[in-house]
Amino acid sequence: MNPGAWIAAAALLAAVLAGLAWQRGNGRMRETRGDGPDLAHLGVEPGQVTLLQFSSAFCTPCRATRALCSDVAGRLDGLTHIEVDAESNLDTVRELNILRTPTVLIVDRSGRIVRRASGQPTRAQLMAAVSALL
Amino acid sequence: MQIDPRGPRFAAAVTTVVFVLILVTGSGWLALAQAAVFALGTAGQSPYAMFFKAFVRPRLGPPSEMEDAAPVRFAQAVGLFFALVAAAGYLLDLPVAGMVAAAFALVAAFLNAAFGLCLGCEVFLLYRRARG
Repeated sequence: MNPGAWIAAAALLAAVLAGLAWQRGNGRMRETRGDGPDLAHLGVEPGQVTLLQFSSAFCTPCRATRALCSDVAGRLDGLTHIEVDAESNLDTVRELNILRTPTVLIVDRSGRIVRRASGQPTRAQLMAAVSALL
Repeated sequence: MQIDPRGPRFAAAVTTVVFVLILVTGSGWLALAQAAVFALGTAGQSPYAMFFKAFVRPRLGPPSEMEDAAPVRFAQAVGLFFALVAAAGYLLDLPVAGMVAAAFALVAAFLNAAFGLCLGCEVFLLYRRARG
Protein backbone atom coordinates (compact mmCIF):
# COMPACT_ATOMS: atom_id res chain seq x y z
CA MET A 1 0.00 0.00 0.00
CA ASN A 2 1.18 3.54 -0.68
CA PRO A 3 1.53 6.04 2.22
CA GLY A 4 -1.76 7.75 1.32
CA ALA A 5 -3.65 4.47 1.61
CA TRP A 6 -2.11 3.84 5.04
CA ILE A 7 -3.12 7.34 6.17
CA ALA A 8 -6.67 6.77 4.90
CA ALA A 9 -6.88 3.50 6.85
CA ALA A 10 -5.46 5.10 10.01
CA ALA A 11 -7.82 8.08 9.72
CA LEU A 12 -10.85 5.79 9.35
CA LEU A 13 -9.79 3.73 12.38
CA ALA A 14 -9.28 6.89 14.47
CA ALA A 15 -12.69 8.17 13.34
CA VAL A 16 -14.42 4.93 14.39
CA LEU A 17 -12.84 5.12 17.87
CA ALA A 18 -13.66 8.83 18.23
CA GLY A 19 -17.23 8.27 17.05
CA LEU A 20 -17.82 5.45 19.53
CA ALA A 21 -16.40 7.54 22.40
CA TRP A 22 -18.59 10.48 21.36
CA GLN A 23 -21.69 8.29 21.21
CA ARG A 24 -21.03 6.84 24.67
CA GLY A 25 -20.36 10.20 26.31
CA ASN A 26 -23.42 11.92 24.83
CA GLY A 27 -25.98 12.93 27.42
CA ARG A 28 -24.18 11.27 30.31
CA MET A 29 -25.13 13.07 33.52
CA ARG A 30 -22.19 14.14 35.62
CA GLU A 31 -22.33 15.37 39.20
CA THR A 32 -21.11 18.92 39.61
CA ARG A 33 -19.75 20.71 42.63
CA GLY A 34 -22.95 22.65 42.99
CA ASP A 35 -21.57 26.17 43.16
CA GLY A 36 -21.56 28.53 40.24
CA PRO A 37 -22.78 31.90 39.10
CA ASP A 38 -26.21 33.31 39.76
CA LEU A 39 -28.55 32.11 37.01
CA ALA A 40 -31.45 34.46 37.70
CA HIS A 41 -30.69 36.55 34.61
CA LEU A 42 -31.38 33.46 32.48
CA GLY A 43 -34.81 33.08 34.04
CA VAL A 44 -34.00 30.40 36.62
CA GLU A 45 -36.35 30.79 39.60
CA PRO A 46 -35.84 29.40 43.10
CA GLY A 47 -38.32 26.81 44.34
CA GLN A 48 -38.32 25.07 40.96
CA VAL A 49 -36.08 22.36 39.60
CA THR A 50 -34.84 23.66 36.25
CA LEU A 51 -33.51 21.99 33.14
CA LEU A 52 -31.29 24.76 31.80
CA GLN A 53 -30.40 23.98 28.20
CA PHE A 54 -27.70 25.82 26.24
CA SER A 55 -28.24 25.67 22.49
CA SER A 56 -26.84 27.22 19.35
CA ALA A 57 -28.11 27.87 15.87
CA PHE A 58 -25.68 25.43 14.27
CA CYS A 59 -26.90 22.48 16.26
CA THR A 60 -29.30 19.78 15.13
CA PRO A 61 -29.35 17.67 18.34
CA CYS A 62 -30.36 20.83 20.25
CA ARG A 63 -33.82 20.62 18.70
CA ALA A 64 -34.35 17.00 19.72
CA THR A 65 -33.06 17.86 23.21
CA ARG A 66 -35.48 20.79 23.42
CA ALA A 67 -38.42 18.54 22.50
CA LEU A 68 -37.39 15.95 25.09
CA CYS A 69 -36.74 18.42 27.92
CA SER A 70 -39.96 20.36 27.44
CA ASP A 71 -41.93 17.11 27.26
CA VAL A 72 -40.39 15.84 30.51
CA ALA A 73 -40.90 19.24 32.19
CA GLY A 74 -44.55 19.23 31.10
CA ARG A 75 -45.16 15.85 32.71
CA LEU A 76 -43.50 16.48 36.08
CA ASP A 77 -44.71 18.97 38.69
CA GLY A 78 -42.12 21.45 39.88
CA LEU A 79 -39.85 20.99 36.87
CA THR A 80 -39.29 23.73 34.29
CA HIS A 81 -37.30 23.81 31.07
CA ILE A 82 -35.41 26.91 29.97
CA GLU A 83 -33.50 27.06 26.71
CA VAL A 84 -30.90 29.80 26.24
CA ASP A 85 -28.85 30.71 23.20
CA ALA A 86 -25.19 30.05 23.99
CA GLU A 87 -23.96 32.68 21.54
CA SER A 88 -25.87 35.53 23.13
CA ASN A 89 -24.72 34.49 26.64
CA LEU A 90 -21.02 33.96 25.98
CA ASP A 91 -19.97 35.30 29.40
CA THR A 92 -22.10 32.71 31.19
CA VAL A 93 -20.92 30.05 28.73
CA ARG A 94 -17.31 30.80 29.65
CA GLU A 95 -18.06 31.02 33.37
CA LEU A 96 -19.77 27.61 33.33
CA ASN A 97 -17.13 26.18 30.98
CA ILE A 98 -19.68 25.01 28.43
CA LEU A 99 -17.85 23.56 25.45
CA ARG A 100 -20.61 22.04 23.35
CA THR A 101 -24.25 22.44 22.53
CA PRO A 102 -26.56 21.09 23.69
CA THR A 103 -25.43 21.17 27.31
CA VAL A 104 -28.17 20.59 29.88
CA LEU A 105 -27.64 21.78 33.46
CA ILE A 106 -29.90 20.55 36.23
CA VAL A 107 -30.51 23.27 38.79
CA ASP A 108 -32.09 22.24 42.11
CA ARG A 109 -34.71 24.17 44.10
CA SER A 110 -32.09 26.23 45.90
CA GLY A 111 -30.52 27.35 42.62
CA ARG A 112 -27.44 25.12 42.74
CA ILE A 113 -26.27 23.34 39.60
CA VAL A 114 -26.20 19.70 40.63
CA ARG A 115 -25.73 17.84 37.35
CA ARG A 116 -24.78 18.53 33.78
CA ALA A 117 -24.77 16.61 30.53
CA SER A 118 -23.24 17.58 27.20
CA GLY A 119 -24.75 16.13 24.06
CA GLN A 120 -28.30 14.89 23.63
CA PRO A 121 -29.49 12.96 26.72
CA THR A 122 -31.92 10.05 26.60
CA ARG A 123 -35.26 10.21 28.37
CA ALA A 124 -34.03 7.62 30.90
CA GLN A 125 -30.89 9.65 31.69
CA LEU A 126 -32.97 12.78 32.20
CA MET A 127 -35.63 11.10 34.35
CA ALA A 128 -33.02 9.42 36.55
CA ALA A 129 -31.26 12.74 37.10
CA VAL A 130 -34.33 14.78 38.05
CA SER A 131 -36.39 12.21 39.96
CA ALA A 132 -34.24 12.48 43.10
CA LEU A 133 -34.67 16.27 43.19
CA LEU A 134 -38.44 16.55 42.92
CA MET B 1 -34.90 26.48 5.26
CA GLN B 2 -35.64 22.89 6.28
CA ILE B 3 -34.04 19.85 4.66
CA ASP B 4 -34.26 16.06 4.88
CA PRO B 5 -31.39 15.13 7.25
CA ARG B 6 -30.65 11.99 5.23
CA GLY B 7 -29.44 14.18 2.33
CA PRO B 8 -26.35 15.48 4.17
CA ARG B 9 -25.66 11.99 5.57
CA PHE B 10 -25.72 10.62 2.01
CA ALA B 11 -23.49 13.46 0.80
CA ALA B 12 -21.06 12.78 3.68
CA ALA B 13 -20.86 9.11 2.66
CA VAL B 14 -19.97 10.07 -0.93
CA THR B 15 -17.47 12.64 0.40
CA THR B 16 -15.85 9.91 2.55
CA VAL B 17 -15.27 7.75 -0.54
CA VAL B 18 -13.88 10.72 -2.49
CA PHE B 19 -11.36 11.57 0.26
CA VAL B 20 -10.21 7.94 0.44
CA LEU B 21 -9.60 8.13 -3.34
CA ILE B 22 -7.79 11.47 -2.95
CA LEU B 23 -5.45 9.95 -0.33
CA VAL B 24 -4.84 6.74 -2.31
CA THR B 25 -4.21 8.47 -5.64
CA GLY B 26 -2.68 11.70 -4.32
CA SER B 27 -4.67 13.59 -6.93
CA GLY B 28 -4.80 17.33 -6.36
CA TRP B 29 -7.30 17.73 -9.18
CA LEU B 30 -9.72 15.37 -7.46
CA ALA B 31 -9.31 17.41 -4.26
CA LEU B 32 -10.03 20.55 -6.28
CA ALA B 33 -13.16 18.95 -7.75
CA GLN B 34 -14.31 18.08 -4.21
CA ALA B 35 -13.62 21.69 -3.19
CA ALA B 36 -15.93 22.81 -5.99
CA VAL B 37 -18.62 20.43 -4.66
CA PHE B 38 -18.25 21.97 -1.17
CA ALA B 39 -18.40 25.48 -2.64
CA LEU B 40 -21.71 24.62 -4.32
CA GLY B 41 -22.84 23.06 -1.03
CA THR B 42 -22.33 26.31 0.89
CA ALA B 43 -24.95 27.79 -1.47
CA GLY B 44 -27.31 24.85 -0.92
CA GLN B 45 -26.49 23.46 -4.38
CA SER B 46 -24.47 20.36 -3.47
CA PRO B 47 -24.39 17.95 -6.44
CA TYR B 48 -24.37 14.99 -4.01
CA ALA B 49 -27.49 16.31 -2.28
CA MET B 50 -29.12 16.84 -5.69
CA PHE B 51 -28.34 13.24 -6.64
CA PHE B 52 -29.90 12.17 -3.33
CA LYS B 53 -33.01 14.22 -4.02
CA ALA B 54 -33.41 12.96 -7.59
CA PHE B 55 -32.55 9.26 -7.27
CA VAL B 56 -32.38 8.13 -3.63
CA ARG B 57 -35.07 10.02 -1.78
CA PRO B 58 -37.95 8.86 -4.05
CA ARG B 59 -37.11 5.28 -3.01
CA LEU B 60 -37.21 6.10 0.71
CA GLY B 61 -40.16 6.89 2.92
CA PRO B 62 -40.72 10.43 4.21
CA PRO B 63 -38.23 11.55 6.87
CA SER B 64 -39.24 11.34 10.53
CA GLU B 65 -38.07 14.92 11.04
CA MET B 66 -36.56 17.79 9.10
CA GLU B 67 -33.47 19.75 10.06
CA ASP B 68 -32.22 23.26 9.59
CA ALA B 69 -30.06 23.88 6.51
CA ALA B 70 -27.82 26.52 8.17
CA PRO B 71 -25.56 24.14 10.16
CA VAL B 72 -25.13 21.93 7.10
CA ARG B 73 -24.01 24.88 4.99
CA PHE B 74 -21.61 26.02 7.69
CA ALA B 75 -20.10 22.50 7.74
CA GLN B 76 -19.73 22.62 3.93
CA ALA B 77 -17.69 25.82 4.33
CA VAL B 78 -15.40 24.06 6.83
CA GLY B 79 -15.06 21.19 4.34
CA LEU B 80 -14.26 23.66 1.57
CA PHE B 81 -11.33 25.02 3.59
CA PHE B 82 -9.82 21.55 4.11
CA ALA B 83 -10.39 20.51 0.48
CA LEU B 84 -8.67 23.67 -0.76
CA VAL B 85 -5.66 23.10 1.51
CA ALA B 86 -5.49 19.47 0.31
CA ALA B 87 -5.70 20.52 -3.35
CA ALA B 88 -3.04 23.23 -2.91
CA GLY B 89 -0.78 20.77 -1.08
CA TYR B 90 -0.90 18.11 -3.77
CA LEU B 91 -0.78 20.52 -6.74
CA LEU B 92 2.09 22.63 -5.31
CA ASP B 93 4.16 19.53 -4.58
CA LEU B 94 3.68 19.66 -0.80
CA PRO B 95 2.20 16.16 -0.50
CA VAL B 96 2.44 16.04 3.32
CA ALA B 97 0.24 19.15 3.65
CA GLY B 98 -2.17 17.59 1.13
CA MET B 99 -2.32 14.30 3.04
CA VAL B 100 -2.84 15.95 6.45
CA ALA B 101 -5.68 18.15 5.19
CA ALA B 102 -7.29 15.26 3.28
CA ALA B 103 -7.02 13.01 6.37
CA PHE B 104 -8.79 15.62 8.56
CA ALA B 105 -11.53 16.01 5.96
CA LEU B 106 -11.88 12.23 5.73
CA VAL B 107 -12.31 11.92 9.51
CA ALA B 108 -14.94 14.68 9.56
CA ALA B 109 -16.89 13.27 6.59
CA PHE B 110 -16.80 9.73 8.00
CA LEU B 111 -17.99 10.85 11.47
CA ASN B 112 -20.89 12.64 9.81
CA ALA B 113 -21.82 9.69 7.57
CA ALA B 114 -21.44 6.91 10.15
CA PHE B 115 -22.42 8.61 13.43
CA GLY B 116 -24.38 11.69 12.40
CA LEU B 117 -21.75 13.78 14.18
CA CYS B 118 -21.27 17.18 12.55
CA LEU B 119 -17.74 18.14 13.56
CA GLY B 120 -17.95 21.62 12.06
CA CYS B 121 -21.11 22.26 14.09
CA GLU B 122 -19.45 21.07 17.32
CA VAL B 123 -16.48 23.34 16.79
CA PHE B 124 -18.66 26.37 16.13
CA LEU B 125 -19.30 27.25 19.80
CA LEU B 126 -15.61 26.85 20.67
CA TYR B 127 -14.79 29.23 17.85
CA ARG B 128 -17.35 31.79 19.04
CA ARG B 129 -16.15 31.43 22.65
CA ALA B 130 -12.55 32.04 21.67
CA ARG B 131 -13.36 35.03 19.47
CA GLY B 132 -15.55 36.66 22.12
